[in-house]
Amino acid sequence: MRRIAGNRAARRVASTLGTLFGVAVFVFVMLRAIPGNQITAGLGTEAAALTPAQKQALEQYYGLDQPLVTQFFAWLGNMFTGNFGYSARSQQSVLDLTLHALPVTFELAVFSIVLALLIGVPLGMLSASRANAPRDAFGQVVSLAGLSIPAFLLATTLLSIFAASFGFNPNGQGFATLIENPLLNLQQMFLPALVLGFGIAAPILRTTRTAVLEVRSHDFVRTARAKGVPERRLQVRHVLGNALVPIVTMTGLQFGYLLGGAVVVEQVFSVPGIGRQVLLGIQQKEYAVVQSTVLVIALAFVVVNLLTDALYRIIDPRVRAS
Amino acid sequence: MPRGALSAVGIAAALSIALTSCSSSSGPAAGGDSPAKGLVVGVTSDPDTLFPWKATQFQAVNVLQNLYGTLTEFDKDLNVVPGLAESWETSKDGEQLTLKLRQGVTFADGSTFDSEDVKASLEKIMDEKTAAVARASLSSVKSVDAPDANTVVLELTGPDAALPANLATVNMAMLSSDDTEQELTTTPNGTGPFTLSKRVASQSITLARNDKYWGPEKPKVPTVEFRVIPDESSIVSAMQSGNVQLAVFDDPLVAQTAEGGGTITVAKTPQLNYHVLQLNARHGELKDVNVRLAIQCAIDRKQVLDTAALGEGEVTGPITAPAYKSDPSKRPCPTRDLAKAAGYLAKAGKSGGVTVKTIVSQGEYATSVNEAQNLKAQLAEAKINLELEVLESGAFVDRWVAADFDAAVALNGGRPDPDGSYGRYFTSDGNLNKVAGYSSPELDKLFAEGKATTDQAARKPIYDQVAAHLEDNAAWIWLFAGYTYTATTANVQGFVPMASGSLQYLRTTSVS
Repeated sequence: MRRIAGNRAARRVASTLGTLFGVAVFVFVMLRAIPGNQITAGLGTEAAALTPAQKQALEQYYGLDQPLVTQFFAWLGNMFTGNFGYSARSQQSVLDLTLHALPVTFELAVFSIVLALLIGVPLGMLSASRANAPRDAFGQVVSLAGLSIPAFLLATTLLSIFAASFGFNPNGQGFATLIENPLLNLQQMFLPALVLGFGIAAPILRTTRTAVLEVRSHDFVRTARAKGVPERRLQVRHVLGNALVPIVTMTGLQFGYLLGGAVVVEQVFSVPGIGRQVLLGIQQKEYAVVQSTVLVIALAFVVVNLLTDALYRIIDPRVRAS
Repeated sequence: MPRGALSAVGIAAALSIALTSCSSSSGPAAGGDSPAKGLVVGVTSDPDTLFPWKATQFQAVNVLQNLYGTLTEFDKDLNVVPGLAESWETSKDGEQLTLKLRQGVTFADGSTFDSEDVKASLEKIMDEKTAAVARASLSSVKSVDAPDANTVVLELTGPDAALPANLATVNMAMLSSDDTEQELTTTPNGTGPFTLSKRVASQSITLARNDKYWGPEKPKVPTVEFRVIPDESSIVSAMQSGNVQLAVFDDPLVAQTAEGGGTITVAKTPQLNYHVLQLNARHGELKDVNVRLAIQCAIDRKQVLDTAALGEGEVTGPITAPAYKSDPSKRPCPTRDLAKAAGYLAKAGKSGGVTVKTIVSQGEYATSVNEAQNLKAQLAEAKINLELEVLESGAFVDRWVAADFDAAVALNGGRPDPDGSYGRYFTSDGNLNKVAGYSSPELDKLFAEGKATTDQAARKPIYDQVAAHLEDNAAWIWLFAGYTYTATTANVQGFVPMASGSLQYLRTTSVS
């Protein structure tokens, strides 16, 4: 048994590493396939005025004169030896940049998921408590709004209203980390988390509604009710408890996406997260920044998936038993 | 297990309540936060380099010109005035330019600025290995001598009236001869009115007043923070809430939004930059001047301006610099004339119509695609099919640099000196002539004459002829010049916006 489990773990590690390597190669190739490079991204049309010797000097400076295979393995080497490559624009290693951006994105993702759960789960339960009744329609409308209102529109509208009408715009004050200034940081995270949370609440709401409706049709619910279990306890403990697996799956999936950075929301609210780091890297054609950051995002996604799987074991005894 | 899962939801709920209450209770306090004594400028991006000789990005130039000094400078009307050079004199034959340097100037690190720094700077800019973007502006310089600490002599290949203006850009910044590019990319060391105080990558860059600045007036604000707010609408919101006091916008829509609230003042300055339909006279149908003239006559520029840019700008001829401005009413077909356009097409033997492959960038500036679509609609009525290829900005730059297009819808940078603006495009040995797609012996002669004439009054008619030649041959189709919008909150005084979009007058700005 132990050997089987060991093999399974080894296979999983191997497939994870294979996936990450595939991501690395794919991003590397895609970036080079996009027209332009760091020279034209920096100089724009002024690049046309470069003499051949100037161009050569710049290619040497950015390492673009090296063969592609050398560039790939040089970068991969940097991934393993520690600094993840170097950003000429910000004069910092990509590792330093990521160590600043990733906690910001992680914090925003946690707050967004918490808000999404707070909106989605109760409303999903409310919807399911009487399918096709007005309360269900209300839940459906909220979920439709969450799915169909674009984040940029909601974000810009909220920001404009709060700033123009109430003079409340903590995001205009320059970003503060949770450690530097917790109070300001929490204020700065509130609106972005609300916008993201509202969008994510929709699939969570729908999943909750479907799962709860499904669980409620089981015999054990009727039995519990017949035995006199109070309604609230029945709904929360017996029904929701047994509907958690799909909800956790959906939440894990959404959390994984959030760790990839929410580019639009980060742009509107000036949150210096991982999404903006990738966007800037693409705009400036800073290959090392994009490659390393995407790899970190892929790794985060894999880790979240593993954690979600582990969570199944905690919430569902049947998974544990199998 | 249900109990564990429920606890998790409970913790999530508690966290969320804590967050929400925290946010709502502390919100008003933050909203009332008054601006610090320093000035906060809202920018959409942080500088892509801190090395002045390679900086072309608008945000980088704006930061660096507050950190570094140049031998000459522009005043608010774009006249060339003394900078680190107190005065200059051209020899009678025009082959020698002698600059007298200002004394008592120091770099941010405390070292003294002298002629050795000027010599080293200019020689490095001229060296191709440095890859300095302004190298071509020194093409007339043969050698640089420093006979004494306060004098620099430039030996020239011939008279170059544009040289003093060329020396005024931040790409010609004077660096200490002891510094290297590597050092300066992290620690700028200039002679400008401010010094670098702090940089947080992608978030902000803060400058502190340079108390040793040589200018007659020291900067009024103790600090200037360039705060990165990637979205222009969010900058407007930050100004409305008092977190940002100054910002420069290009998009007329954003400027209108900013003005709409009533708390922000927006100043409009006509730009040197011009919107143009670049034609490549060495490609396809456009080799024939009559086809180009047909395009020239088939376009109502005012309509392009009104449709694409809310009418925010002025129809322009080639030269936008105030002292040399072209008169757009003097061009062939100053108003749209489809009959004339048809006549030109007939002359070219293309009465059935022509197709012009046109590249357009998306995202490089706000109005590009709208301009292209309006041009296409107008030209279709003259049987000229503008085949649009809308490209992501990187792809556009690649094609533009390779001159791989019949026509290109572009927003090009204008300069205060017409030779600086067009010499590089339209002289046969200009470094952008391949992209300009047009040159002629007459133009070469006119540009040479313009360079050799130092008297501005005498130069004006020469560049009038340059402009007339360009339009008579429809080298390109000049459309309009937009505005730069400088938005300030009520507590900002003393800022002077410039047609170049420069923020050099941050040094005279104060915040009450």
